[in-house]
Amino acid sequence: MDAILLQILNGIDKGSAYALIALGLTLIFGTLGVVNFAHGALFMIGAFVAVTMGKVLEISKITLDPVKTDFLGNPAKIKTPYVTEWFGNFGFWMIEWSVLVSVIVAIPVMILIGIIMERGLIKHFYNRPHADQILVTFGLAIVLQEIIKAVYGANPIPQSAPDLLKGSVDFGMMIGMAENSVIYPLWRLVYFCFSVLIIGGVFAFLRFTTFGMVVRAGMADRETVGLLGINIDKRFTIMFGVAAAVAGLAGVMYTPINPPNYHMGMDFLVLSFVVVVVGGMGSLPGAVAAGFLLGILESFASMPEAKEYIITALEWVYLDFDFILTFIKGLDQIVIYLVAVLVLLVRPRGLMGKAGMMEE
Amino acid sequence: MSKLIMNRRGLLKTGAAVGAGMAMPTILTAAGHAGYTNAPTGSTVTLGFNVPQTGAYADEGADELRAYELAVKHLNGQGDGGMMNTFSSKELKGNGILGKEVAFVTGDTQTKSDAARASAQSMIQKDGAVMITGGSSSGVAIAVQGLCQEAGVIFMAGLTHSNDTTGKDKKANGFRHFFNGYMSAAALAPVLAEMYGTDRTAYHLTADYTWGWTQQESIQAATEAKGWQTAANVLTPLTTTDFSSYVAPVLNSGADVLVLNHYGGNMINSLTSAVQFGLRDKMVNGKNFEIVVPLYSRLMARGAGENVKGIFGSTNWHWSLQDEGSKAFVKSFGEEYGFPPSQAAHTVYCQTLLYADACERAGTHNPCGVAEALEGFTFSGLGNGEVEYRAEDHQCFKDVLVVKGKENPTSEFDLLEVVQVTPRAQVEYAVDHPMFAGGALGACNAGG
Repeated sequence: MDAILLQILNGIDKGSAYALIALGLTLIFGTLGVVNFAHGALFMIGAFVAVTMGKVLEISKITLDPVKTDFLGNPAKIKTPYVTEWFGNFGFWMIEWSVLVSVIVAIPVMILIGIIMERGLIKHFYNRPHADQILVTFGLAIVLQEIIKAVYGANPIPQSAPDLLKGSVDFGMMIGMAENSVIYPLWRLVYFCFSVLIIGGVFAFLRFTTFGMVVRAGMADRETVGLLGINIDKRFTIMFGVAAAVAGLAGVMYTPINPPNYHMGMDFLVLSFVVVVVGGMGSLPGAVAAGFLLGILESFASMPEAKEYIITALEWVYLDFDFILTFIKGLDQIVIYLVAVLVLLVRPRGLMGKAGMMEE
Repeated sequence: MSKLIMNRRGLLKTGAAVGAGMAMPTILTAAGHAGYTNAPTGSTVTLGFNVPQTGAYADEGADELRAYELAVKHLNGQGDGGMMNTFSSKELKGNGILGKEVAFVTGDTQTKSDAARASAQSMIQKDGAVMITGGSSSGVAIAVQGLCQEAGVIFMAGLTHSNDTTGKDKKANGFRHFFNGYMSAAALAPVLAEMYGTDRTAYHLTADYTWGWTQQESIQAATEAKGWQTAANVLTPLTTTDFSSYVAPVLNSGADVLVLNHYGGNMINSLTSAVQFGLRDKMVNGKNFEIVVPLYSRLMARGAGENVKGIFGSTNWHWSLQDEGSKAFVKSFGEEYGFPPSQAAHTVYCQTLLYADACERAGTHNPCGVAEALEGFTFSGLGNGEVEYRAEDHQCFKDVLVVKGKENPTSEFDLLEVVQVTPRAQVEYAVDHPMFAGGALGACNAGG
C-alpha cells in the first residue's frame, strides 16, 4: 500500500510538470493554431531565469583574505554579496528564497519573451502548414538551448530550496499510516500545490474575466469575434505570453528538484506533446488530466515490482522471450507512448478533444 | 635463331632499369606511409583529440581539450613544461615528438559511439592523425578503440572507467591510463567497511550500460567480501532524468546503504533525489542510512551541489594532491586557465605525454613500436605515484584515491577531500580475473 501511495505521489509530481507545460502548449494551439515545439525551451528558460537570479543575488564585493590562500598560493578571495551589504538580513533572506524571488521576476520576463517570440517569428507561420510550424519552432528550441549552453555551460547548475522547505515529510503519518512508511520530499509537495494554483489561476482567468471570455470566444470562432470589432490577434498574442509564463514558472519551481541544464526542455517537450495529443489537441482540461494520468502511469511502470509482475505473467504464458523481457525492462521509457497509441486508436481526437482540431 | 648481343652501354641501361624497378616498392612505401598509417612526412606530427564538445559531457570535454592544448604547448617547448619536469622519463626535450612539431586536430564525440567513431575516422583519414585520444564515456572509448585497432593507429583512452575497456574489449592498439570499476571497488570497500561497519545491506541503482554493469558487479563483489549483503540491483535507463520513482522504494527495502552506480547527469539527479527523499536523515536497521557514489568527478560534484557533503566515492586524481607532479600540473593549468584541472584533464594530459615519450623511446611513430614501448613501462612523476602500463591488458596500475564530499568547502573547486590514497597493490588483479575475461588483446595493427 505504501509503495503504491509513493508512486501515486511521484506520479502526480511528474504529472504537475507535464500538465503545466502541456497546458501552455494546448493554449497556444487552441488560440493561435500553432504547434509550438519551442515550448519545452520556454520551460528551460524559466529554469535559467532562476539560475540567473541566483547569480545576480550573489554578485559580490571581493576582498583579499590576509591568511588563507587559493590553489595557486595567491591570497584567497572573500566574497560578500552586495545585497547583504545593502539590505542586511533582508539580503540574506533574498538569497535563501531566491527561487521564490525568481518566480516574481520570471512572470514579466517570460511574458515578454513569449510576446517577442510570437511577434518576431511565429506570427509569420500562422498560414503555413503545421509541418512548417513544427520545423521552425523546433529549430528555435535548438537555437535557444545552444545559447543557454554557450552562456552557462553543459553541466547542471544546482539551485537550493529555502531551508524551511528542504528535506522530507512523513506523509504516511499525516494520513494515519505507520511511521516512515511514506516519506516524501517537501519541495515536491510544494511543486504540486504550486502547479494546482497555476492551473486553477489559468482556468479562472479564462472563465471569470472579460479578457478570458473574449479569448474563449475567439478560440471557438475567431472570425465572428473579429467581426464584432474586437482585436482578437492582440489578445491571442498576450495569451502566448501567458502560456510562456506558465511554462517558465514551471521551470523556475523545478530547479530545486533537479539541477537545471540546457537540455531539460527537450527532455520534457516530447512527453508534454504526447500529453497534449492524449488529452485532445486544444483541450485545456484534457491536457491537465492527461498530464497527471500519464505521470502516474510512468511512475508505476518504473517500479521494479511492476516489471517483475509482468515478467512473471509472461513466463506463465510462455512468452518470456529475450526481446520481450528487454522491452519490459525499459517499460517506463515507453509506457506513455504505448498509451498514446492505444488512446489514439480508440479515440483519435484524444480523451477530451473536440471535432475539427487538426483535421482540416 | 636470334642472337643476344649485349654491349657495355646496354648492360648499364638494363642494370639501372632493373635496379630502379627493384627499389621502387621500397621508395613508394617510405614516401607514402613508411609501413604504417599516417606516418608523418613533413615537419609536424598530427594528434587527434576526440572529446565531447557538445552534449551532456561538453564541460568535461572542454576541460580535456584545455589539458591537451597545454600538453601540446609543453611538448613543443612552450610554457613552463608542466609535468614534463617531474616525469621520471627524461626523453621529452620540448622539441615536439621525434623532432617534429606537434600539431592537433579535434573531433566531437557528442558522447555517442557512432558520432565518436565518425569523428575519429575523419581525423585519421582526412587529417592524418597518427594517434587518437580522449572521450568521457566507456561506450565511446570501446567503440573508438575498436576503430583505431582496425585503422592501425594508437588509441590513448581518456575518461573511461568500465572494466570492459581493458577487459573483454581490450585491443592491442588501445591504452588506458584511467582507473576502472574494479579498482574503485577494491579501494572503496575497505573504507566503507571501516566507516559504516560490516553488517550492512546495500541497494544498488545502476546505469544500464557497460560502465554501470561492471561498476555494480565490482562494488557488489567487493562489499560482499567485507560482509555486506545486497538487497537489490535496479537498472535505470541512461536517459532517466527524474529518479524519484527509483529512489522512493529504497527506504522500505530493508537496505541501509544506497549505492549509486551513476555518472554525470544521472549521478547528479539520482543523488539529488536520494537526498530530497531524506534518506540520509533516516535510521534503518538501527544504523544511519548512507549513500555511496563509487565514481566521483569534481565537475559532477559541482552539479550536485551541497548534496555531495560527506558522501564517499573514488577518483583517479585530485588537484589537492601534494606530490611534485600534481603540484606542477595544477600550477601550469591554473596559471593558464584560472582554475584547477579536473581528473579528466589530468588523465588526458598524462596520456599525451606518455604517448610522446613512448615515441621517443621507440624512435618511431609506428604504432607497433609505440605499443611495445608502452607495454610494461613503469614511471612516476605524473601525479599517481609509481605507475605501470601492464603489458598483458594495457591497463595502468597505480594508487587509487578514496574521497569524500567536503563538509566545509573553502572555494567552488574545493568539493572533495582525499580520505585515503589506496596503494596500488590493493587494487591490482590478475589478467585472467573473471570480471575482465572474455576478450583477447590480439596483435598490434600498424595499418599501412
